[in-house]
Amino acid sequence: MKQISELNLPDDIRYSEDHEWARREGDAVRVGISDYAQDQLGDITFVGLPNVGDSFNQKEEFGTVESTKAVSELFMPVGGEVLAVNEALVESPGLVNEDPYGAGWILLVKSHNPDEMNSLMTKDDYVKRLKGTE
Amino acid sequence: MRFLPHTDEDIASMLGTIGAAKLEDLFSIVPENCRYRGKLDLPEPLTEWELHEHMALLSGSMAASGEYKVFVGAGSYDHFIPATVPYLAGRSEFSTAYTPYQPELSQGTLQAIYEYQTLVAKLLGMEVANASLYDGASALAEALLMAIRVTRRKKVAISRLINPLYRQVVRTYLEPTGYEIVELGNDANGLTDLSTFDAQNDLAAVAVQSPNFFGIVERLQNSAEKAHEKSALFVVAFTEPLAYGILKNPGELGADIVCGEGQSLGIPQSFGGPGLGMFATKMQYVRNMPGRLVGQTVDANGKRGFVLTLATREQHIRREKATSNICTNHSLCALASAVYMASLGGSGIRSLARLNYDKCEYLKNELNRAGCTITFAGTTFNEFVVRFPRGTGAIYENLLKKNIVAGLPLDTYYPELAGHYLLCVTETKTRNDMDALVREVQK
Amino acid sequence: MTEFPGATGLIFNEPLLWEKGKKGRIGMSLPRRDVEACGLDKDLEGDGPDFPDLSELEVVRHYVRLSQWNFGVDAGMYPLGSCTMKYNPKLNEKIASLPGFAEAHPLLPTALSQGALRLIFELERLLAEITGMDAVSCQPAAGAHGELTGMLIIHAFHKNNGSARSKIIVPDTAHGTNPASAALCGYQPVTVKSNQQGILSPDAVAEVMDAGTAGIMITNPNTLGLFEENIREIADVVHKKGGLVYCDGANMNAVLGIVRMGDVGADVLHLNLHKTFSAPHGGGGPGSGPVCVRKSLAKFLPVPRVVESQGAYSLSYNFPETIGKVHAFYGNFGVMIKAYAYILSMGAENLKRASQLAVLNANYIRARLKDVFHLAYDRPCMHECVFSDKLQKQDKVTTLEIAKRLIDYGFHPPTVYFPLVVSGAIMIEPTETESKEEIDLFIEACRAIANEAKENPELLHAAPSKTKVKRLDETNAARHPCLQG
Repeated sequence: MKQISELNLPDDIRYSEDHEWARREGDAVRVGISDYAQDQLGDITFVGLPNVGDSFNQKEEFGTVESTKAVSELFMPVGGEVLAVNEALVESPGLVNEDPYGAGWILLVKSHNPDEMNSLMTKDDYVKRLKGTE
Repeated sequence: MRFLPHTDEDIASMLGTIGAAKLEDLFSIVPENCRYRGKLDLPEPLTEWELHEHMALLSGSMAASGEYKVFVGAGSYDHFIPATVPYLAGRSEFSTAYTPYQPELSQGTLQAIYEYQTLVAKLLGMEVANASLYDGASALAEALLMAIRVTRRKKVAISRLINPLYRQVVRTYLEPTGYEIVELGNDANGLTDLSTFDAQNDLAAVAVQSPNFFGIVERLQNSAEKAHEKSALFVVAFTEPLAYGILKNPGELGADIVCGEGQSLGIPQSFGGPGLGMFATKMQYVRNMPGRLVGQTVDANGKRGFVLTLATREQHIRREKATSNICTNHSLCALASAVYMASLGGSGIRSLARLNYDKCEYLKNELNRAGCTITFAGTTFNEFVVRFPRGTGAIYENLLKKNIVAGLPLDTYYPELAGHYLLCVTETKTRNDMDALVREVQK
Repeated sequence: MTEFPGATGLIFNEPLLWEKGKKGRIGMSLPRRDVEACGLDKDLEGDGPDFPDLSELEVVRHYVRLSQWNFGVDAGMYPLGSCTMKYNPKLNEKIASLPGFAEAHPLLPTALSQGALRLIFELERLLAEITGMDAVSCQPAAGAHGELTGMLIIHAFHKNNGSARSKIIVPDTAHGTNPASAALCGYQPVTVKSNQQGILSPDAVAEVMDAGTAGIMITNPNTLGLFEENIREIADVVHKKGGLVYCDGANMNAVLGIVRMGDVGADVLHLNLHKTFSAPHGGGGPGSGPVCVRKSLAKFLPVPRVVESQGAYSLSYNFPETIGKVHAFYGNFGVMIKAYAYILSMGAENLKRASQLAVLNANYIRARLKDVFHLAYDRPCMHECVFSDKLQKQDKVTTLEIAKRLIDYGFHPPTVYFPLVVSGAIMIEPTETESKEEIDLFIEACRAIANEAKENPELLHAAPSKTKVKRLDETNAARHPCLQG
């Protein structure tokens, strides 16, 4: 597993307590899991996706990621309606490992409340939190 | 004691290494108020020969010991088992292994189960079969719980012509969570009456057994269409899988889940257990399926091998959110049934099923000629309901005195069928056996 | 130079069943046809399954070769923690296949089934005596099935008392089956953490135990191989709030004749006949999971129950408050026979001796390996001891690799990565039937591996090297499931 210093943690996105990330894209927010989360899980074998049109509150469970030996629930970093899901993950769940912030994105959400983005951690806060759990 | 290898010398030296003076000291961590100070009141140990004698006595008092002709099925069937089945399944490399958690030294069990899954899927006409559950009854309960998960509905409809013992197990499983069970009645032909669920909505599943408890082949296609009209999953249960050697399989008739008892396929009746819970479904539901699954993969050198897979459905990973609490499968029974299916082969299973069908028809015709009433007219496999000509109980008792068990009395399970018996014939009954039964009935 | 059991030899390749054989062959004798063929409704008739056709020898060779890729207790030491892989007596296999038992139909008039009914009745009495409980049902088919039955009984008890309870306390060291079984009864598991010593404290239980909690599920000895010393106090806490104590008997092999769970506060307990009472595991089953209860709960046990009157045995359904049935018939009778035979072979003194030696073997391993593997809780253990890969991690060697390397030495690996409270857990349960020489060899292999981890970790990364297949790609198996051929 990677050391914290080896993690790829972009500073133009926000992070949640549960290791999801959120990136504002115009009116929408793109969501995935952090490099730390994918590294902890190991090879991801399945991503359980919601349906387009489903709505979730912030911190509500919207899906799961599975490796061969573990399951993790996914929680909404910001509340909103699902505009799109990454269909490529059905065939290639490993994209989450290979490119967590790019081809391995999970959802595109229409946010209910733009302020919720501000409740998420910046890169620096997230790194601090990771160091705290070491 | 031959299972305990330690000499006094071994014990002394091991205690020395640990730093304890005597064996009792190893239990110093058990508080005094938790200790059992008495001596268990158990019989004195028996030698190998004494034990064998005692057990031979117990088993000798059972009706199965040769001199009885048992015409009872109802979920447990007497079929010939070739010597190869117990010989191969009895190999201790299979029988004294645990669950194949370490695939590199469990390839025997894993490949055998993968083959079992394949044979079962072919037999039932489904896309995926699991590594087996406990028995047919719990398999049905699991199937209904699975349908509840898939559809997120809370009500199931089950035919009252499903084995009544299975229905009792279903009720037990569903009781605490309060899922509703609607029972579908039967018509005068001994078939499930589908009109009774026209009024039902929000059904997670419709479950029908075929051949049903009365041995009658159900019209599965109609049931499937009706279930699907209500967007419920169609569950087909069975107790006699040999029937699918000549009948259309449930998959081609529209089943979403097929589950039942595999004991017929090479597993001794053994007073009702262990049996083999067969369970199969469509790939689209695989992540909601209970039980273990073996999958094919490759090793580090690219060589074919097998592993337990999709384990994230299971209790050891998902705990309270698992698709079932089941941990075990009936691996050795699954292996035995695979050996049996492989020994029969495609042409063999067809011939054997046909022979069972024909023998049952023979007895039906003969009993009919002898003045018995065959209660239901539909096509049956192996089993049928009969009413003896006069004083029904007397004939049954009389036959019993002649060491013939003439079926299962149905009054306990179906009060309206008091005086009717469920008779079963398999390839183990000769024409002579059947003629003897008919002669006694005529007397 | 020590000779370890692990060696290489000629290993046969063997294809899948359907990759051999030829249409038209058959591997068993078809019974004689002594009746005429009858017509069958064409609408109902199908083509039959597309099974391969093989000769008898082809079938035999297939499964003999497959068996040679397996590892069983009969081949070598199998120290799989919490699984009690003890020796399975051969006589018991023979007894279970006596025609009177093996060919017995379950639904005959009871006068024709006296032997089987007596066996079940007596086994239930023996198990009641061993556990200190009052009534037993052998109907559950496995440990988890026994847990479910026990939970159903607890649910019925509360319902009967008109008390609606929705939660159940489960320690963090519990087997996954515990919360899963509780969930089937609609209970929400509440996790309680074990303390610094690896056991439960009564205070921690008192904190979560309330009138909305049905009870506690507790494994004793627990999965760390430690005795739950506070079991009586915990039972008091739970009972005071109207809850019941469920004891998971998976680890009973440590305490036969030494502790009776019925004496220390358990209300419901399940046993694993395939662990403690020597029935073979069969490559994952069938097992048998009898459930034992105290007198006040006996009315809830599954039906039918075997009852005796003047030396005659019968099946009684006359228990109106029963939870119902959990098995189509009476449970895994074939497994019960073996456990019954085992208890009769052993008697009281040998059962106690077995537990003492199981605990001796585990503590001996603990003492001799604790300088090379990190001991999760450095205190005397019961029948199993739990190490971790903490020391080896410094050399980038993990539990998985230690386990795989043990295979090359000719031993089945211990249970790994469980219990979850120990990161990289290695859980070793030798059982009483392993001799000192065998255990010494195992210890020597473990020490050699610990040394390899430092000096030649490549050996561990590449292990196992002597098996038919090497490390298997489990990720690909899960990403692209291929579940039938």
